[in-house]
Amino acid sequence: MSTPAEGPRRVRVTSPRTSAARRPSTPAGTREIDEQTRLGEVYMYSLIQSQLRLALAVVAGAAVVLGGLPLLFALLPATRHLLVLGIPLPWVLLVFVVYPVVYISARIYVRNAERIEAEFTEFVGRK
Amino acid sequence: MSSAMSLTAIGLVIAATIGIGLFGLRISRTTSDFYVASRAVSPRWNASAISGEYLSAASFLGVAGLVLVNGADMLWFSVGYTVGYLMLLVLIAAPLRRSGAYTLPDFAETRFESAVVRRLCSGLVAGIGSLYLLPQLRGAGLTFHAVTGAPPAVGAAIVAAIVVINVAAGGMRSITFVQAFQYWLKLTALAVPIFVILITWRSMEHPVGLLDSLQGAGSEWAEPLSHAGGRDHPLYATYSLLLALCFGTMGLPHVLVRFYTNPDGRAARRTTVVVLALLGMFYLFPPLYAVLGRSFAADLIGTSPDTVVLELPSRIFAGTTGDLLGALLAAGAFAAFLSTSSGLTVAIAGVIDQDLLRSRLHRLTGGDYLAVNSFRIAALLAIAIPYLAFNLTKALSLADTVGLAFAVAASTFCPLLVLGIWWRKMSVPGAAAGLVVGGVAAITAVLVNVIGPPSGGWPKALFGQPAAWTMPLAFLTVIVVSKLTPHRIPRGTARSMVRLHTPEAVDVDRGLPPA
Repeated sequence: MSTPAEGPRRVRVTSPRTSAARRPSTPAGTREIDEQTRLGEVYMYSLIQSQLRLALAVVAGAAVVLGGLPLLFALLPATRHLLVLGIPLPWVLLVFVVYPVVYISARIYVRNAERIEAEFTEFVGRK
Repeated sequence: MSSAMSLTAIGLVIAATIGIGLFGLRISRTTSDFYVASRAVSPRWNASAISGEYLSAASFLGVAGLVLVNGADMLWFSVGYTVGYLMLLVLIAAPLRRSGAYTLPDFAETRFESAVVRRLCSGLVAGIGSLYLLPQLRGAGLTFHAVTGAPPAVGAAIVAAIVVINVAAGGMRSITFVQAFQYWLKLTALAVPIFVILITWRSMEHPVGLLDSLQGAGSEWAEPLSHAGGRDHPLYATYSLLLALCFGTMGLPHVLVRFYTNPDGRAARRTTVVVLALLGMFYLFPPLYAVLGRSFAADLIGTSPDTVVLELPSRIFAGTTGDLLGALLAAGAFAAFLSTSSGLTVAIAGVIDQDLLRSRLHRLTGGDYLAVNSFRIAALLAIAIPYLAFNLTKALSLADTVGLAFAVAASTFCPLLVLGIWWRKMSVPGAAAGLVVGGVAAITAVLVNVIGPPSGGWPKALFGQPAAWTMPLAFLTVIVVSKLTPHRIPRGTARSMVRLHTPEAVDVDRGLPPA
């Protein structure tokens, strides 16, 4: 196409939507990441930081709740044999309550982690 | 317990295991099939398989046995086994899947670009895997002994042989289906007897003894931190155990291998959530066996508490009902040994094959061998070594041995994975030093326990539950050594971080061909 040919002028055959805005073939964000520019590093850093903050929030929550139970039993000995519906409190907590709580925390975590990824994908551009 | 009925049930489990394994053989063709089922397993199947593989002899028999003897403090075992998956979910599940590696040594090698770190990981996979296989074989021996009176070595040999046949025949593809089946079998086996007991007692309107052991006189057993079973420093032991279980799960070799069968990082997360639901359902039951055992099988406390799950039905129901339920439980127990042992054997065989055997076979035969055969020889070696160890060592309780395997994993692979995934300033010497220091400290504690545990006081507590000091020590070592050797940070770290953390929908250069 760089050498203009002789004879009848060439007619470009195009689709009617060429005037519409087109996305660049490589979205800018992914190119920044691929070329490891400062900007690309910032994108990656912010993704990793958000995911890490979320993960550490769950770890901290588990540490406070689960780690708090032995401390509760140690500091308030009455809680060791307090009966709830005829069952000692430690058994109620460790046999029945803990599993639904863990499951719900996992669900909440996954929803948030996927939201962070969806935002990142929108921001740097998908395939 | 009727041995004829139990043997029939065990026979059926073995037949089903081999049957599903053979079906897998017909569709298992390439090396990738052998390791990770070609990564084409749906999340539900995968979650059942992960749970089936994870719920071992320690969960099926050991937890109930420990609670029966030592009381409420042992409830933390099942809680820790479950929360371990929550930690795995939030800290490593998706990045690990995105790393694109087959095994833990593969991960270490691509992340740290170091053959030394890779070899350290291979050694640890074999070590932790063998330590974890040991109680599986012991549980098999125990069950077989309880059912037939035959020496424990026979039951262990049977499980070892079936696992080798199955793994060598079909590899990972077939054991994915085998293990999914075995999760549901294990859950059914534990749940049905409990429901039968509750329904029977309800119709009799006399729930005799159901809660006796939890209330009233002599219920010190039911209280946490009560020194029951002669354990010193219960508060320290509880925290240390909790740390080992919560952070050791992610470092177990068979758990990691299983994550590579997810199609992508997002599926890895969703699968883990299903796993948490399945585990929570399962762990409702073992404590109930312990509570009932306290009333109906108190004589086992001093003799063989790990068999309480198997013995309970025949203590409550005379005749056929007891025999049938006992047979169901024996079948479930065998499913537990088979599935965990298979998973561990695949993981250990994987590293023996890749890091020890294949290059030697290649030299020996001049390249004239099948890669799959190298894996089969490795599988044989992987279970032969723990079987020998089983015959040489004396009994530690099932769940205690497993607890030590978790402590080693928490002190070695946990820092490697967590810091390797989230900390870009981790250096190669840091990674290696963390594995060595954490590994030596935790393995020393294990050996002290096996050879001659201290008689009491703090030494016993510190060596019996080492994770509370070995795990922070390993993390600290990695961080300090990495800070001292900033010039040895792997050059590809930035690219690795991109690979580990960007969602698959984003089209970026991940540094490796997509697997």
